[in-house]
Amino acid sequence: MSIEVRLANFDGPLDLLLHLIKTNAMDIYDIPMVEITDQYLAAMEKMEQLNLDIAGEFLLMAASLMHIKSKMLLPVAVEDDPEDETLDPRAELVRRLLEYQRYKQAAQDLEQLPWLERDIFLARIPRPESAGVPGGEAADQEVGIYQLAAAFHRLMQTAKVETMHEVMREQLSVRDYIEKILTRLAGGKHLALRDFLPSGATRQELVVTFLAMLELVKMRLLEVSQSAEFQPLWLKLVVQLPGVDPQPLREEGFGYA
Amino acid sequence: MHDTVRALTALIFAAETPLSLDRLSFLLEMPRAELTPLLTELKQRFAPGRQGFYLAEVAGGYQFRSDSDLSGWLAKLHHERPPRFSPAALETLAIIAYRQPITRAEVEYLRGVDSGGVLRTLLERNFVRILGKKDVPGRPLMYGTHAHFLEFFGLNSLNDLPTLKEFSALDAALAQESLAADGPLTPTDGFESSV
Repeated sequence: MSIEVRLANFDGPLDLLLHLIKTNAMDIYDIPMVEITDQYLAAMEKMEQLNLDIAGEFLLMAASLMHIKSKMLLPVAVEDDPEDETLDPRAELVRRLLEYQRYKQAAQDLEQLPWLERDIFLARIPRPESAGVPGGEAADQEVGIYQLAAAFHRLMQTAKVETMHEVMREQLSVRDYIEKILTRLAGGKHLALRDFLPSGATRQELVVTFLAMLELVKMRLLEVSQSAEFQPLWLKLVVQLPGVDPQPLREEGFGYA
Repeated sequence: MHDTVRALTALIFAAETPLSLDRLSFLLEMPRAELTPLLTELKQRFAPGRQGFYLAEVAGGYQFRSDSDLSGWLAKLHHERPPRFSPAALETLAIIAYRQPITRAEVEYLRGVDSGGVLRTLLERNFVRILGKKDVPGRPLMYGTHAHFLEFFGLNSLNDLPTLKEFSALDAALAQESLAADGPLTPTDGFESSV
């Protein structure tokens, strides 16, 4: 027989408990554990439609309630100060309930704020493709590793799924791609990361290109910037290589081969 | 000066994201100190409830926005359903906004339920971003709000978030500490002073 728990109206066990405390006008600082536990279990029984994942959390709370209830039935040792409320087994629960209530209220406050596209609208100017070119150093923002990773993740999702049957291993070398990037950026050119990772490229090509880019950043030869969040990532060489071939690069040196 | 004001207005009008004072100063090649009075003037000229749109200070920048009482008309223009959040998503977003940087486990402790799904949605919708890793065993990711969060809710900075409401006599500082460890449970007279 399965327990059917319906939680359509409750966001979790804390939400249900708060609801029970409020509707029964209980004092949150002196929760009657026997009563609340009974009510909680009754509510769980009444609820229908089991959602296993969340139900686990409801069951965990039921266990904690019974645990607290049983602790409160144990006699308090004589030497303990009966006024010392720090020993109250309900303390942790009360603290969590009050804390949860604050954020529940905070969520309602967010709901009241003017939302974009619901209450407030912006002028919509179609952006030309070239927008987002860094206007200069003052405008550029530092790009962190997580933004880089996120950008790469987005590109990987648009990458072509290779539907070949014959498995051919194409040897792509990070070194070759480093040279490609250096060549294309020669002369102080700004190019978007997207330019190096065309949408038709295979996943393997994307990976090697991205690794080559990271290697260049590590070697402090490449600068990555963007004009604002959501704007394209722009690559630029930090130093101008006067046609010097980066000879010392050896594929095995990167450890990818 | 007249042309500067026009350029300033046009820049803010055409920009896709709010333009900060720094950025405007760079674009117009003018010191910030000279731009500030112009922006104050523009804010008066484009005050809410006058033109149908107003100059707002949002996410640390300047942006033109439609007056909020006109949302009914504008909704008809777009034929798009307004954005929505599930209660769980809004609750999670509120916790992250007020408690950032925060790990997923901390969010789940506060909510009492698994929050992985809503967290992923918030990340995908650019309301939340990864701030880094917490220096504790397991190195869990720490989350915080994205600049888009401020723009979406029309806030200039995180300091503009509505003040977290206090419930009962519980003090904010106390609520964050372990009450079980050193605080009294009942709101007695000494409660406030014990903090």
